[in-house]
Amino acid sequence: MDWSWIPEYSDRLISGFWLTLQLLLMSATMGFMLAIPIGLVQNTGPKWLSMIARGFCTTIRGTPLLIQLWLIYYGVGSLFPDIDGIRESFLWPYLRAAFPYAVTAFTLSVAGYTGEIMRGAFAGVPKGELEAARAMGMSPFKVLVRIWLPRAVQNVFPTLAGEFVLTLKATPLAATITIYELFGRSTEIRQDTFRVYEPLLLVAGIYILMTAVIVVIFRWFENRIPKPSIA
Amino acid sequence: MGDGQQAATSAIRVDNLHKNFGDLEVLKGVDLDAHDGDVISIIGASGSGKSTFLRCINLLELPSSGSISIAGEPILFNPAKKGEMHPADRKQIQRLRTNLGMVFQSFNLWGHMTVLQNVMEAPVHVLGQSKAEAREKSEAMLHRVGLYEKKDQYPAFLSGGQQQRAAIARALALEPQAMLFDEPTSALDPELVGEVLKVIRGIADEGRTLILVTHEMAFAKDVSSKVVFLHQGLVEEEGTPDQVFNQTKSERCKAFVKSVH
Repeated sequence: MDWSWIPEYSDRLISGFWLTLQLLLMSATMGFMLAIPIGLVQNTGPKWLSMIARGFCTTIRGTPLLIQLWLIYYGVGSLFPDIDGIRESFLWPYLRAAFPYAVTAFTLSVAGYTGEIMRGAFAGVPKGELEAARAMGMSPFKVLVRIWLPRAVQNVFPTLAGEFVLTLKATPLAATITIYELFGRSTEIRQDTFRVYEPLLLVAGIYILMTAVIVVIFRWFENRIPKPSIA
Repeated sequence: MGDGQQAATSAIRVDNLHKNFGDLEVLKGVDLDAHDGDVISIIGASGSGKSTFLRCINLLELPSSGSISIAGEPILFNPAKKGEMHPADRKQIQRLRTNLGMVFQSFNLWGHMTVLQNVMEAPVHVLGQSKAEAREKSEAMLHRVGLYEKKDQYPAFLSGGQQQRAAIARALALEPQAMLFDEPTSALDPELVGEVLKVIRGIADEGRTLILVTHEMAFAKDVSSKVVFLHQGLVEEEGTPDQVFNQTKSERCKAFVKSVH
């Protein structure tokens, strides 16, 4: 084993770490925001909207993330340059970069999986508790924000934590569209130094640490919210 | 609003209420007139429509036809669609509901909140009271139902009787003029029924209008100003407890009262 390359590449590893973290946090946050309406309309929305949401979840869950990522980056991304005037617009720097495509793909993926979780979570909230909220004079929006959503999240909190960890471990796919996140950096180091295993072992260790931190954070929150009622 | 002068004295007035679930006609024209301070018990066999009737009053079930007034204010409905009349003005319903504290058979406390948070929730987030004000009132309410010591517990850790008392405190926190009780003791173990009935009796004694769907005949007899016997979606017998329980005219009511005694 030869670890002598670490000092030389530490800056790049750190930047890769931050990129992984950014990709994870941005896509998990936005994906969860999308998952709320996706789960909700399947419980209470009009039929057509519910079917769209279900179709979206089935598609996302039924196709490999790698293919979604490539379709968005190479497919959708290749359409933009043909639009007149887009190279001069303020959007162009974002459309040229790979990172926004990765965030988009990961966000949609999180939305698909978490949307399905939230569908079940919303359905699992006892109907009587929602009735009680309505009977107390709450508007439908207030029922959602104060009762339905927090109660639903409470029920699936451990599942959401698991989803978050899975998303972290999917982020190396972003390296395939030129993003130098953590795994991308390890590949770069391998190409420079011809050391195959050490860089992989190092980033594997970093992923484990990140997972551990996520688990600890989620567990802390989990202990602060009451267990779902047994009834 | 033809009977303005009558409606003004009614806390809750229901006229000719019908409710269908598909082809099944559950309520076939029920009237009810509850004056301020009335305690009305609705009794009847299961399937007689008594819970459905109660749930129609605050529109947890949408009636198929009929009219409802709360404190003299008629609820505005759109014409019935698919056998349900939807309220014309959502804001009106939300406002009127705060005046009708509802207590459910299965308590329906919000599981992600402590007892105190359950009681404070509507005063703060519906009535717009300050947290300090709501906390003070809610703690007083919990004292009253004997649950102050449990205020920081989550509902799942309480007995059924304690949960139901907390639910009553939650409904009382809105300071409603009238309260609706939907079989409040039916889900309780027998030894826990008494503590809940005691709280309900206290509320009845302080002059609030109560409508109570119940199987507790002795309690209904004792606490009610009026008893209504529903049979297959119609009022079969109504009157004072003495009239309904002791001088029963209807054979069905007689048989029912006998069977549950």
